[in-house]
Amino acid sequence: MNLLKVSAPPHISTKNDTNVIMLDVIIALMPALIVGAYVFGYRAVLVVATCTISAVLFEYLWTKLMKLPTTIGDLSAVVSGIMLGFNLPPTAPLWMCIAGSFFMMIIVKAFFGGLGQNIVNPALAARVFLMASWPTRMIAFVSPFAKVPLISKIDAVTSPTALSIIKNGLEGEIPTYMELFLGNVSGCIGEVSAIALIIGFVYLLIRKVISWRIPVVFIGVTGLLSYAFGGNNGLFTGDFLFSILSGSLFLGAIFMATDYTTSPMTSLGQYIYAIGCGILVFIIRKWGGYPEGVSYAILLMNVATPLIDKITPPRKFGRRKAQ
Amino acid sequence: MRGKTFKGGIHPPYNKQYSKDIPIEVLDGAKEMFYPLSQHIGAFAEAVVNVGDKVFCGQVIAKAGGFVSSNIHSSVSGTVTAVKPYPHPNGTEVMTVVVENDGQYTTHESIKPNKPLEQLTPAEIVEIVKEAGIVGMGGATFPTYIKLMPPKDGEVDCVIVNGAECEPYLTSDHRVLVENTKGVLDGLKIAMKALGVTTGYVAIEDNKPDAIEIMKTFAQEYDGITVVPLKTKYPQGSEKHIIKAVTGRTVLSGGLPSSVGCVVINTDTANAIATAVTTGMPLISRIVTVGGDAIENNKNYKVRIGTPISFVIECAGGFKKDPSKIILGGPMMGTAVSNTDVPIIKGTGAILSFTDDALIETASSKCMRCGKCVEACPMFLQPFLLGAYGKKDDIDKMKELNVMDCIECGACSYLCPGHQNPLQYIRVSKLKIGKAGKK
Repeated sequence: MNLLKVSAPPHISTKNDTNVIMLDVIIALMPALIVGAYVFGYRAVLVVATCTISAVLFEYLWTKLMKLPTTIGDLSAVVSGIMLGFNLPPTAPLWMCIAGSFFMMIIVKAFFGGLGQNIVNPALAARVFLMASWPTRMIAFVSPFAKVPLISKIDAVTSPTALSIIKNGLEGEIPTYMELFLGNVSGCIGEVSAIALIIGFVYLLIRKVISWRIPVVFIGVTGLLSYAFGGNNGLFTGDFLFSILSGSLFLGAIFMATDYTTSPMTSLGQYIYAIGCGILVFIIRKWGGYPEGVSYAILLMNVATPLIDKITPPRKFGRRKAQ
Repeated sequence: MRGKTFKGGIHPPYNKQYSKDIPIEVLDGAKEMFYPLSQHIGAFAEAVVNVGDKVFCGQVIAKAGGFVSSNIHSSVSGTVTAVKPYPHPNGTEVMTVVVENDGQYTTHESIKPNKPLEQLTPAEIVEIVKEAGIVGMGGATFPTYIKLMPPKDGEVDCVIVNGAECEPYLTSDHRVLVENTKGVLDGLKIAMKALGVTTGYVAIEDNKPDAIEIMKTFAQEYDGITVVPLKTKYPQGSEKHIIKAVTGRTVLSGGLPSSVGCVVINTDTANAIATAVTTGMPLISRIVTVGGDAIENNKNYKVRIGTPISFVIECAGGFKKDPSKIILGGPMMGTAVSNTDVPIIKGTGAILSFTDDALIETASSKCMRCGKCVEACPMFLQPFLLGAYGKKDDIDKMKELNVMDCIECGACSYLCPGHQNPLQYIRVSKLKIGKAGKK
């Protein structure tokens, strides 16, 4: 008989490892990727692939350079890469994808200590970095089925998103609810189709990767505020459905705001966080300079997360409130 | 049937199907039997036999060494061949009485039935339980007679038999509930009489519907005893959580079950109480589940205390695969042993042998603050923080985060996707704080 192992209990553990969870997230992102590819063509796939491959590569290079154990096996870099690609317009130049990946993996994630240590969502921070650096390229949206060329210089006719049509009074046809729901609209690669994102959400719920709290409360609060205060004809004249289906609300609420590292731990904390996100999205959309506020709203609540965690610890079993 | 429960907890694969329907078999003792003088929480017992003495079944071979301590009895008849340090399940060597079994199992002359229960006073019951060396057989091994004495800090109004058996693989309590239903109920009735209470509960997880059903049928003949189905969830069998589920009462931090009027006893303990009071036979055997993916046959055995586990494993057909770990007790809270010479003691509910496939993995990725541990912690602590501060050895911060409330159920370490094992750090800190408190 071999020597027996001796260790303190517990002796068994779940098989639901970090990479299994990350793989679940990747699977959940696939419907949205398929719709993105269908609506915007191969170019969209190329953008997402470039982001993903460069994200994994930057993480690998960083760990080699710093002589750390390689962490690409946990698949978190793949998730970040896909998320970044989802937040870019299909016309995004490939060098910009790589620049975004660098900012995301090295500056936002690695500099702060890697997995679980970053204070803001890496993909969103990278998106905001790209927005600040190359604003016109970041809003070079195209109409659905515009046939963006794969490699050659892109000069397809840009087409404003539904939100910017409304906000900035740009010319264009406001899409119908059904178009917004299915994804037949202009926008970032991953954000166009609500139904694809909802399929991913349901998958994540079934696999118990995330809870319903943050996405449902976030989307609900945004919709209700828009309904109550977003209309042009006084209270309760806003468009609930339009406000939640347009922009990147579903992508943000389901996949970005629920990032483990940058969202609160307890259910009470998650409610506060989600309500905060919803309010901020409404405020930015209504009064801010940008037509869309989901990224900024989530980033702002990300940095508030340590504070929320501090004020909402779980109430200990058998200890009274006063203690 | 939707059982009562508590908030938090986990659902590991229970793997009880292997042995839950296997009836209890009675095992004879091994050639050599080993009785460590520490089979309970508290002071060591003191040996009262010498090398060469003839001993019989049920004879006291070591006397309780203090208030929190317990008698130890021979489970075979034979000759004392040594009193020496010997490997103990806890990993150390402990002074142990070794008896050579003569295979006769002659009962000691002192063993005779007690008066009928109606004529026994509560004090007499406590004395019988104390003399019989009965301790909590769920694994904590706290001397049972102390629980049966009316406490100073409050009125006890109910006794709960803990039949949750929430640990994976274990089926010993399940078999006792099904095969020895009357013994468990008698034991509960005796405990209720000792404490002067009229309310008793038998709480059973709902993954044992056969046990719940037979218990309900039998319980009709007992006054004041209710069978409570519990939701199947780990750690439902934790004392604080079974009280919460059954009565809705919360044991405050640092408090004992009696502070909320409850006394909780294990299934096999209740059975042992009934045996001691009716037949006069002290605690010399217990039910042990043999299982795991390395063992040839899954079994439920009635084993004489003191039997080396190698003997029990052989009886179960030995190993079919080379085991990499042998665990006494359940896989969540049991003790891994380094060799198979160690004996079955009063708190050993199972012998599980596993290959690497079934075992915990080593740390694979950093904490990503997923919060699964926070959601699962039945004490509502923040294991990820305790793990992080534990690594830094920040004892003050650990205290602030109520590390001493941890019941060491291991739910956090089980669930952690990065296998960070926060419980290890928690345990080390608790030991340090405990030691500092004694100075």
